[in-house]
Amino acid sequence: MELSAVTSAAALLPTISVRRAEATAQPSPAAAQKTTLDLHVNGAVHPVSVENRATLLDALRDTIGLTGTKKGCDRGECGACTIHIDGRRVLSCLTLAVMTDGREITTIEGLAEGDQLHPVQTAFIEHDAFQCGFCTSGQIMSAVACIREGHAASDDEVREFMSGNICRCAAYPQIVAAVRSCSGMEEI
Amino acid sequence: MSAIGVATNRVEGRAKVTGAARYTGDIVAEGLVHGFIVGSTIASGRVLDIDFSRAREAGGVLRVFTHLDMPRLRSLASPPAGDTHLPMQDDRVLYEGQPVAVVVSETFEQAREAARLVEVTYDRSDFLTDFAGNLSRAEHRPLYGMPPDTQHGDPDTFMQRGDVVVGATYATADRHHVPMEPSVTMAMWHGERLILRDAVQGVMLTRNTVAQALGIEPSQVEVQCEFVGGAFGCTGFIWSHQLLAAALSREIGRPLRLTLTRAQTFTAHGYQPASVQTVRLAATQDGALLATRHDSLLAGSVAGGHVEPVGWGTRSVYACDNAAVTHRVVRLNKGNPTPMRSPIEGIGMVATEIAMDELAFELGMNPLELRLRNYTDTDLAHNRPFSLKRLRECYSEGARLFGWPQTLPPPATLQDGRELVGYGMATAIFQTFRSEASARVTALQSGRIRVETGTQEIGGGTYTVLAQVAAEVLDVPVANVDVVIGDTRLPEGPISAGSRVTLSAGSAVQAAARNLLTRFGEVGRPNGESLAAALQRLNLDELSADGRWQPEQESRFSLYSFGAVYAEVGVDKDLAIPRVRRVVGVYDAGKIINPKAARGQMTGGIIWGIGQALLEKSEMDHTLGRFLSKNLAGYLVPVNADVPDIEVQFIDGFDAEAGPLGARGIGELGGIGIGAAIANAVFHASGRRVRSLPILPEHFLGQT
Repeated sequence: MELSAVTSAAALLPTISVRRAEATAQPSPAAAQKTTLDLHVNGAVHPVSVENRATLLDALRDTIGLTGTKKGCDRGECGACTIHIDGRRVLSCLTLAVMTDGREITTIEGLAEGDQLHPVQTAFIEHDAFQCGFCTSGQIMSAVACIREGHAASDDEVREFMSGNICRCAAYPQIVAAVRSCSGMEEI
Repeated sequence: MSAIGVATNRVEGRAKVTGAARYTGDIVAEGLVHGFIVGSTIASGRVLDIDFSRAREAGGVLRVFTHLDMPRLRSLASPPAGDTHLPMQDDRVLYEGQPVAVVVSETFEQAREAARLVEVTYDRSDFLTDFAGNLSRAEHRPLYGMPPDTQHGDPDTFMQRGDVVVGATYATADRHHVPMEPSVTMAMWHGERLILRDAVQGVMLTRNTVAQALGIEPSQVEVQCEFVGGAFGCTGFIWSHQLLAAALSREIGRPLRLTLTRAQTFTAHGYQPASVQTVRLAATQDGALLATRHDSLLAGSVAGGHVEPVGWGTRSVYACDNAAVTHRVVRLNKGNPTPMRSPIEGIGMVATEIAMDELAFELGMNPLELRLRNYTDTDLAHNRPFSLKRLRECYSEGARLFGWPQTLPPPATLQDGRELVGYGMATAIFQTFRSEASARVTALQSGRIRVETGTQEIGGGTYTVLAQVAAEVLDVPVANVDVVIGDTRLPEGPISAGSRVTLSAGSAVQAAARNLLTRFGEVGRPNGESLAAALQRLNLDELSADGRWQPEQESRFSLYSFGAVYAEVGVDKDLAIPRVRRVVGVYDAGKIINPKAARGQMTGGIIWGIGQALLEKSEMDHTLGRFLSKNLAGYLVPVNADVPDIEVQFIDGFDAEAGPLGARGIGELGGIGIGAAIANAVFHASGRRVRSLPILPEHFLGQT
């Protein structure tokens, strides 16, 4: 709607004044109100007060300080923010924090057992399945879920079921190798 | 203990797989505030009025800056500035997305919300964003200070003498870097001292450039950058968001973090410019090249002077005594383009190598044979020998691994199920960039070694490679080496651009480590005693040495890396969707320091080539004068399912002319040649010669 207003004005007259399209935008006070809830993250309970509009991603990063989960697009296109909620892989940028009260959240920081890396984390290092590392948290959380879902039986299956996680460094062959090396492991 | 040439896991691997690695946006500071850029919605004109009264009423807003109260910056050349039109210095708007206001709030959400409420009134002018529709406006402008036209021999005369002459025009698209980490800068002032936490490809260049813009001394600025979430060229130069963060943090008097949204990254730090390239080749009946012309039209910007030197490789790649290369630029109302993986040859070799394929088919020659027929050990453009060139081995080893046929079946005759199948190959060359670098290496009594140099890790494996170099010289395990980079307080290190870090910083680290051994000798360490034991015996906490490496100004040799790339493509018979089925790339890049990370560089580059050939295109809306799809749903980059089996090999060598490590650059090399190899395979599969990348199903509609 905003686009068509500008388009038609521009098409009709070469030089005119136009108002920024968002001029009609309204403040959203309800979204800015805060809600108190308990975030259960990596086995710990975090009582937090977050704005209703805050995504789980921002709550994890900014409120709790768990910055391992990354924001690559903030609109569900890249997978960098992938976490687990009740064992399923979820995009935390498309999840409002207020929706997750009391649910079991696992982030990349919760995968290792103390100093003992999770087998998928070890496999990512061994297979050089990352470069810049920014998508890696999301890739690993997706990979763990992918294996648990039983979708790691072949290279092609891994390629398909890991395609929600973009890696611009394009470490994809190495990611496939890392995931395949953990396929069928009991402890995943 | 051998460390160089040994496949080595990344030393920062644990930090990256556990989420512990701290990227710029992960760092907080006491009293941190958040900036959010309001970008222009018009492509050309003036800002008449900015009404931020409603924005000011939104919660948490501290201040809204516009060109009226933005501190004045000193002018900058581009490069090092990405854009010569510095942010919010006056009311002029030169491109859509250009910053016109910055909202500063207590939280990121508040800043974003308030930015939405800023009302800007513009006086809108005519603008030009349509590159393909305005090729006649192309201008003659310098090419990074060098002449845009170069030639050797007499190409015009010899073009007439060919038994066979082919000529065609090829197009490549605007493409965006889209690193996974949207750029973010945090600025903090301590009195007259500025600390920048920034995601950049060059801490030193950032320090110097920001200081220059602010009119302060470089010594007053510290830039720190422990990890970068990908870059690929977009943060090689210095852009508006960095200058805004630095200047506005001082105005606010608090640490300020300025984070770009994914959409803003499409207008904030450049893109690879679209090109229209005409290549003409004249050859004898047996395939010897007589003359080459490569005339390129490039998209450019009214906001800066970037002209992509796409033709540079064409004059050097083959044995052709007569060659001319020209570049012209169409300046548009778009932000300034900038280098992007793979620059220069990465774009130009698309045209040259498809043209070579066309010539091969015209001559009835195997495309591989045509390349071998024109093989040269001399760079005829510069009239000097290549330092070390093992491209011949790349061709033959690649052909063997791929199963390249002695005689190619005619186009459009191979089929596998629903797919027409074809083979294509191409040559890759990339010039070797080098720069001066310094480093310090310190041995500690604990047995640990500290390596320091002011370069940075953008994903290529710099932490690991520098550790390997020090470990090799000092005969210690790589695991004992701590690499400290990404900080301007360190010895001067190189920018991470043009595949130069391993060669440049690595040579400096090698020199420092060797100097350290000399120092140990001077203080009385006998051969065979460990460094730690020597320090204990001498009662020294640590011992340091500096090292510096500087490439010679004028080499007697041409320094290039090379490769041969072979691709198999399938084109769906009914849906005309092209798909890469497998790729083999064999490369000659001198000494490979870390084969594990190097393989990832090459497969990564090849996958970038798949993006270039089949996916990546930033469409412009010429009514609004803006990029159409400023997101990862509309701008397609390869995902895992796009990637077939890729086989990579290196022809191991040692290029002593390039530097003391024997290594040349590899980061850009993988993204070169592959685009043409895929396009050539598409032709072989379908019989359809597509001369515009990316190759899309619509290219198969209509008449051949």
